[in-house]
Amino acid sequence: MRQDNVIKAILMAVAFSAILGLVLITVFIFKEGMPIILRIGGREFFLSSDWDPRAGRFGIFSMICGSMMVTAGAMVIGISFSLGLAIVLTQFSPPRLTAVLKPVIELLAGIPSVVYGFMGVVTLVPLIRIHLGGPGLSVLAASIVLGIMVLPTVTSIAVDALNAVPRPYWEGSIALGATRWQTTHMVMLRAARSGIVAAIILGMGRAVGETMAVIMVAGNTPAIPHGLLDPVRTLTANIALEMGYAAGDHRRALFATGVTLFVFIMVLNSIALVVSRRGARRTGAP
Amino acid sequence: MNAKRMCFTVFTVKSGLSAWLMALAGLTCAGCSREDGGTVNVIGSTSIQPFAEHLAQVYGKKHPGERVEVQGGGSTAGLQAVANGLAHIGTCSRSLSDEEARQFTPIVIARDGVAIVVNPANPVNNLTLEQLRGIFSGRFKNWKDVGGRDEAIRPITREEGSGTRESFVHLVMGPEKISREALVQESNGAVKELVKGNPAAIGYMSLGLVDKGLKPLNVDGVEPKTEHVLSGKYTLARPLLFVTKGPPTPKAQKFIDFVLSPEGQKMLEGEGLIRAK
Repeated sequence: MRQDNVIKAILMAVAFSAILGLVLITVFIFKEGMPIILRIGGREFFLSSDWDPRAGRFGIFSMICGSMMVTAGAMVIGISFSLGLAIVLTQFSPPRLTAVLKPVIELLAGIPSVVYGFMGVVTLVPLIRIHLGGPGLSVLAASIVLGIMVLPTVTSIAVDALNAVPRPYWEGSIALGATRWQTTHMVMLRAARSGIVAAIILGMGRAVGETMAVIMVAGNTPAIPHGLLDPVRTLTANIALEMGYAAGDHRRALFATGVTLFVFIMVLNSIALVVSRRGARRTGAP
Repeated sequence: MNAKRMCFTVFTVKSGLSAWLMALAGLTCAGCSREDGGTVNVIGSTSIQPFAEHLAQVYGKKHPGERVEVQGGGSTAGLQAVANGLAHIGTCSRSLSDEEARQFTPIVIARDGVAIVVNPANPVNNLTLEQLRGIFSGRFKNWKDVGGRDEAIRPITREEGSGTRESFVHLVMGPEKISREALVQESNGAVKELVKGNPAAIGYMSLGLVDKGLKPLNVDGVEPKTEHVLSGKYTLARPLLFVTKGPPTPKAQKFIDFVLSPEGQKMLEGEGLIRAK
């Protein structure tokens, strides 16, 4: 009994130190970043795209646009492939193929992001430059690399969601004479909708937050991109590129960029949480 | 089954605990200062880092018992580290600003040419300073404006705060700003990779780092060569500095003396730098 309590206390301490870490990080970035947003004004900071730290001008609009464009592009690519994969894995592929495919996809998650970035630089970027034009380092290159990077996350959560749909739904639909595809898109995808939305949003969070691979393939120009072939700088890239050198207001402005990113990702994660909970209540599935 | 579960619990508790302890140890150690006396810490410019590492290695071999640790981080970070007392010597690959010059003592250990590099497939061999300024500020957008093929120019610059970038701005751009359309890469290696792969690209880097696959351009008709930097004909040169706050500690002084000795200078020359005179 006593041993139980000791272990319980230790585990609680471990759990709370994780929460404490999160709280400390949050407090720290807001403490460092908020004052400068308040001082130069939210309008100036968020809606101007004039980023010139030497001259004391900090406008991150172009990077907010950049992050959004790259993320949107990544999601278009990531979602189409992940959903397709999840459907194949749960509905169509023979169990033997699933047994091979699933671990392979999960393995993709274990490849470090520099490797993705490097592959992008040496193979994808020249392809884009030669066949599509522009400098190669572009929104498109970043989107493709990120799309591949979010694939394992989105696929495995979507697979879980589809597998969690009660078996009788499927059996009922087949028994009524629906084909496999009709069953898939009319019954299974609908029933698993909330889980799939959660998967997509978590994937988005990952795409927004990815840094290293993006720095390598995006070109990092602090200007608003006008097309898919233009180079782009994301919020994360801005922080990582300049943090090593920054001092004073510049440093604070980078923390403020971090605050922006933090809010961005918090909103995405909250939506994911709410959607998946609401779904769970409706269908009664766990 | 039960035994298995017990085993599992113990395992998690143990690993959880040790992780927690390690985190704690990390936290407490972050606060401890580095005044163990034995080691000389050198922090700063990533351009100087490889040279300083080499020097430190040879120095360590010649003087057993003396240890010099070299870290990167960037010129500005190096100055901060010296100001905070984290480093005995900061390295800086650009001239100090007036304010910095008041605070720190610079020692020129070598000089370094800034080379303008393009892809070997590019027919342009020479640019004037004015043309360079025009290319990087975005006034010239096509290679045919400066005597090349009809192709869009892709200028590549370094990130804000890099010593190489600051030297380039100081030496070439003057009051003008580097265009926001210029691609930004965060290391010499990345700039190299891009210029090697793209016939329309133009970038700048330390003369000592130019290798096969890159074509260094003449500037105002002067070839970027060590002797031209020494004689002052090639004007794009920057000092490489060791920076201390006040007089250096005896151990740091000993290392600085080694770097400035004929042997140290010769090593630096061997790596493509130009001696401090």
